[in-house]
Amino acid sequence: MENMKARAVLVLLALALAGCGAGRAVREAKRAERAALSIQNTGSDTLVNLALAWAEAYMRLHPDVRISVTGGGSGTGIASLLNGTIQIANASREMSKEEIEAARAKGFEPRKLVVALDAIAVVANPSNPVDALTLQQISDIYTGNLARWSGVGGEDRPIVLLSRESNSGTYVYFLEQVLRLGDRKSTALFSSETLLMPSSEGISVEVRQNPNALGYDGLGYVTSDQKLLAVARSAGSPAVLPSAATVSDETYPVSRPLFMYTAGEPTGAVRAYLDWIVGEGQALVKGLGFVPLVKDR
Amino acid sequence: MRTRAVARERRFRASEFTIEALVRVLGFSTIAFVLLIFLFLLREGVPAFFEVPVANLFSTRWYPTFGLFGTLPLILGSVIVTVAAILIALPLGVATAVFVREVAPGWAREILKPLIEVLAGIPSVVLGFFGMTVVAPIVRQSLGAPTGLTAFTGALLLAYMSLPTIISVAEDALDSVPRSYRDAGLAMGATRWQTIWRVTVPAAGSGIVTAVMLGMGRAIGETMAVMMVTGNAARMPLDLAALLRPVRTMTATIAAEMGEVARGSVHYHALFGIGIVLFLLTFLINLTVARAILRRRRRGGLR
Repeated sequence: MENMKARAVLVLLALALAGCGAGRAVREAKRAERAALSIQNTGSDTLVNLALAWAEAYMRLHPDVRISVTGGGSGTGIASLLNGTIQIANASREMSKEEIEAARAKGFEPRKLVVALDAIAVVANPSNPVDALTLQQISDIYTGNLARWSGVGGEDRPIVLLSRESNSGTYVYFLEQVLRLGDRKSTALFSSETLLMPSSEGISVEVRQNPNALGYDGLGYVTSDQKLLAVARSAGSPAVLPSAATVSDETYPVSRPLFMYTAGEPTGAVRAYLDWIVGEGQALVKGLGFVPLVKDR
Repeated sequence: MRTRAVARERRFRASEFTIEALVRVLGFSTIAFVLLIFLFLLREGVPAFFEVPVANLFSTRWYPTFGLFGTLPLILGSVIVTVAAILIALPLGVATAVFVREVAPGWAREILKPLIEVLAGIPSVVLGFFGMTVVAPIVRQSLGAPTGLTAFTGALLLAYMSLPTIISVAEDALDSVPRSYRDAGLAMGATRWQTIWRVTVPAAGSGIVTAVMLGMGRAIGETMAVMMVTGNAARMPLDLAALLRPVRTMTATIAAEMGEVARGSVHYHALFGIGIVLFLLTFLINLTVARAILRRRRRGGLR
């Protein structure tokens, strides 16, 4: 017993000694070296699967680099970047003015990089004769002002509104950009008649079998037995179907870029990783349901 | 000789005392657990009643991400689905119990009883998926509803899920009616039908009420199947036509929103507040039934 106590004290003493003096310089150097090869990547839950796929593929190519990816939401990722605990923040929205100012106060300029695009498709039953809707029409339908398909040139049927649950990021984007047409002062809400489905599968089952249904979901989740509707920015402009091409040339109106933010211009391993993502890494994007960047953009 | 008997007696007393104490502790611990759960619910849910104005809490719009916490559509949603389920399950369940117990020949009873028990073993997710892909389209096409994801679809599934409970408890109640009652009925010249509906079933009345109650308890607390087939639209179900429209139940709301809510936020407290309402509602149902059974017993009726 006495012996063990004495040994524990010795160990503690040794640790304390190592903590100061000569040991410090060595450890600092080691840490710097490790930081160069270890990348912390946190943020958007929309992006987390894609970021993981990139990290795994990149680590296979470069076994000396360690990349750890976590979700938590765009806000969490940006906050961690501001605190300096991570090197790359994933975000499905742009940084707010306040966040950029906070970054400047910390002494760096955040650098934004578009890493992939995400289209939100509006879907209906294949038997539905309606082919296209304007953003205004979609907004009217989802806020409850337009209740029948005949109001948008379809059959005289009620419209059954389908949405994801309110915890989905797609839900928030759809509310802000489509229902409220991007107007920050708007207080439009989903109609109380909207069916909130607990999963993408719930939406696709209902759209597949119900000719009254109207739904929306990420393009990657849309199966071939649902009808994609073309969307027009306004009544006069052409209606566009979502596809990799129309999303990347920005003619399809309901799409959003997905970002990775770094603190200042990226350097070293982070730089190499990001260059790989917007280059070769784009080959992985389509398989996860997102839209890859066009090379000459 | 005598001392040995005394020793055995003492040993018996000691073991009986331990067993008795153990059973008592276990029995009381069940009550203690319920109390602890209720206390937890209160601790997490009561703040909602202070953070959200009462007018908001009892308004007709549930939109928690926008600060609207009207719980009325959720409460009414649960009530309409449960009541409709029981109205469907009660005649079916009692009739099945009567058939199995009173009418079916022995061999048919031997087949039917285990089959009914099997019904209870089907996971609710499986039933929910079946409801979503098979029942919902049928409801939409045959009843002309805009969508098959309606309160009625939910009620159908819930009725199906509460049937095994209702049948087996009601059957036990019929079983406990003394044979002499049936014999007396038949001896007085009543037909078999008359004996069943005028003598046997009324004599098993309180047991049948218990069966329906247990079925109701199963129905109101069911979450997964309901969440998958009722559409989860938080609209006010105010008329009979609302049966053929989507509803959002309390259980589905808690299940769908609890996962992503920030701990300690108003929304979090509101969800636990709904939990309290759900708890009180089931408590109330059980209380009324317990009273009904007690009153019947006092009047000297059968179990």
